[in-house]
Amino acid sequence: MTGQPRLRPAPARLAALRPLPAGGPARAVYLALALLVVLGWVLFALRGEQFLTMENIVGIQQRSAALGIVAIGQTMVILAGSLDLSVAYLISLTSLVAAETMAGGDGMVVPAIAAVLAVSATVGLVNGLVVTGLRVHAFIATLGVGLIVAGLLDARYDGPAGSVPASFQHLGYDRIGPLPVSALLWAAVAAAAWFLLRRTRLGHRIYAVGGDAEVARLSGVRTGRVVVAAHVICSVCAGIGGLLLASRLGAGAPTVGTDGGYDLESIAAVVLGGTALAGGRGGVAGTVGGVLLLAVLDSVFNQLEIDSFAKDVVRGVVLVAALAIYARGRRTP
Amino acid sequence: MLKMTGIGKSFQGVRVLSGVDLEAAAGEVHAVVGENGAGKSTLMKILAGVHSPDEGTIEIDGRPVTFGHPIEAQRSGVAIIHQEFNLLPERTVAQNVFLGREPGRWGLVDRAAMESATAELLHSLGEETFGPGDLVRRLSVAQQQVVEIAKALSLNARIVVMDEPTAALAEHEVGLLYALVRRLTARGITVLYISHRLREVFELADRITVLKDGSRVATEAAAGLDTAALVRLMVGRELDAHFPARAGGPPGEVVLSVRGGGNARLRDIDLEVRAGEIVGLAGLQGSGRTELAKALFGAEPFTTGEMRPRRPRSAREGIAAGIGLVTEDRKAEGLLLGQRVRDNALLVARATGGGRPAVEKLLERVRLSPPRPELEVRTLSGGNQQKVVLAKWMTVAPRVLLFDEPTRGVDVGAKAAIHDLMRELARDGTGILMISSELPELIGMSDRVIVLRDGRIAGELPAGATEEAVMHLAAAS
Repeated sequence: MTGQPRLRPAPARLAALRPLPAGGPARAVYLALALLVVLGWVLFALRGEQFLTMENIVGIQQRSAALGIVAIGQTMVILAGSLDLSVAYLISLTSLVAAETMAGGDGMVVPAIAAVLAVSATVGLVNGLVVTGLRVHAFIATLGVGLIVAGLLDARYDGPAGSVPASFQHLGYDRIGPLPVSALLWAAVAAAAWFLLRRTRLGHRIYAVGGDAEVARLSGVRTGRVVVAAHVICSVCAGIGGLLLASRLGAGAPTVGTDGGYDLESIAAVVLGGTALAGGRGGVAGTVGGVLLLAVLDSVFNQLEIDSFAKDVVRGVVLVAALAIYARGRRTP
Repeated sequence: MLKMTGIGKSFQGVRVLSGVDLEAAAGEVHAVVGENGAGKSTLMKILAGVHSPDEGTIEIDGRPVTFGHPIEAQRSGVAIIHQEFNLLPERTVAQNVFLGREPGRWGLVDRAAMESATAELLHSLGEETFGPGDLVRRLSVAQQQVVEIAKALSLNARIVVMDEPTAALAEHEVGLLYALVRRLTARGITVLYISHRLREVFELADRITVLKDGSRVATEAAAGLDTAALVRLMVGRELDAHFPARAGGPPGEVVLSVRGGGNARLRDIDLEVRAGEIVGLAGLQGSGRTELAKALFGAEPFTTGEMRPRRPRSAREGIAAGIGLVTEDRKAEGLLLGQRVRDNALLVARATGGGRPAVEKLLERVRLSPPRPELEVRTLSGGNQQKVVLAKWMTVAPRVLLFDEPTRGVDVGAKAAIHDLMRELARDGTGILMISSELPELIGMSDRVIVLRDGRIAGELPAGATEEAVMHLAAAS
């Protein structure tokens, strides 16, 4: 065996790359985040202002929480090789389901949460079945389901409706020390998703189906079920987002989801975090970084009092630049 | 161990297999050979549960089995290792080996168990160059093949079907595969080995079954056959004049020359191609053969050096300079599989605005069978697909045509047709540079052979050089 040519770099080097299977982009987004924080801090220090005051940090966390939770769900479907454009409409729907069911009464909080979870799981199930059973491309399938939801909402509501009791508003506004409850909820969802992807069979199979559905099928994975499960999880995440927004608003609103742009913005956060839009590569950690990056960027702009057009331009540039950098990184492994 | 009796199968009224018998004993390497379209992959797919037979029975260990799905075949101990691997590049070796069968309880995955079981499998295969935690993306083709085999073993496979396992391997990796196959048979595993490379068949097989037009022609002990006899059985005719005669006569003017060509993968490339000659390009995998072809063509251009008629900076410039490239991977780089033969044949002509060539005539000239321009390319055999690639280039009549593994995955008959065509093109004054990992082909076809090593030209050999001489230069041993 001596003198036999080694075909590849030594295993030791490979092992070093192991802890983060999709390590490159996920690390890159945190690097960018750190850079942005330092940059912001220097910038505001020069102006004699303070960046990232406690108030600031809390604000960032609160603003990110809803998008963060939705983006976690979006990560699941994208990893499975699918996509969900119905989340924004579903958020509006579930905010109304929550507020109308509670109708200001403390006693109805638990049933309302149950109703929201049931409604969102159902929408996810429909999304999943249309994608897998009817073989409609996820882009169209979820857009169609979203439009159906939007139509139903438009027919019944023309403004905010229902109300949530003060007790439920704690979710949106309270904090424990420096940590808003909503941020903790986000962290819990992210941790659950991380565990699911890394440690459970379903998680492994989500990666497999997204990586190559045919390979997964020939290995005995029931690919349809995996995709449906991912869609249900994604929609439930959107439902949780709807609950959070209802708590924040004190009521449900038929346009709260679409106004927030949660569909495309959640997808942006996911790909910014290095998850491949084609599926099979990436993870939750990157998505969290992507959401935070967008939020800190927002916070910088707010403090600089830059108008929202410039803000959108910069976000667009950041998104495109990030993906261009990831694409470069992959071409030269 | 395995007994397939009277297997018959039709697709949409077309009979592809009839009355095929196949028997293999435990620990036997049984080669299945035949031209493309002879029915060997259909037979193997029936064994692996991808198709179900219209007639006939399969017995494993004397028990009749029927497979409705590949999973059922796997459970009965049949594993198939496809030409294109069924692996997830972004997942680890262990995750791939146990895909769909991750060990653990309550939906959780026991990663430690998974990795140690994988490590054990790799160890049993004598594999030490990578471990269970490595990403498949970072492995070489040969290493990925080991992962596939480990996966088959983890399924307790007792019959392993290998479909053209060496097609993507470099010369020096083939030996490692032989060793691997012998390890499998030593454990009593039956290996069904499908290959176009007859040398491998004789190297490994205990018995050989020859299929032709969907029927079994013969099953013989490998020791009782030689190459000529086997080829005769496969094609029903002698292919002794395996390679068409050289044109003879002096070569023409220089149609392509490079001095000091270099880029990230190549250094100090000096070479000339003359009108009417076929220049062979040899070298181990990774020596820069494909890179050189792509540099000459302009797809991955030279960054230094002089080139005549010009140094192309893109494929488009290469085509404009009269250079064509028949790529190594025709499915990914040579053809639009979902489009018709006509559109594929016209691809280059349309892109460069080269008039309206008579496609029907060209298809006849490249001997496409059937010569039907309206067929989707994906439905053609490998050999016919390659002929479409050739037609594509002939529409613009390049002065230099670069061939990268022109007969890979092509059956014996189509191979001969492609060789004839290359000679014909050379006779008509085209300069040809040909890469091939099959040394007999390279030596048989070339007027001279240039050998690459580590991105440089290691030497040049005249027509009729021996395989040993080429390998000596290529491996610098």
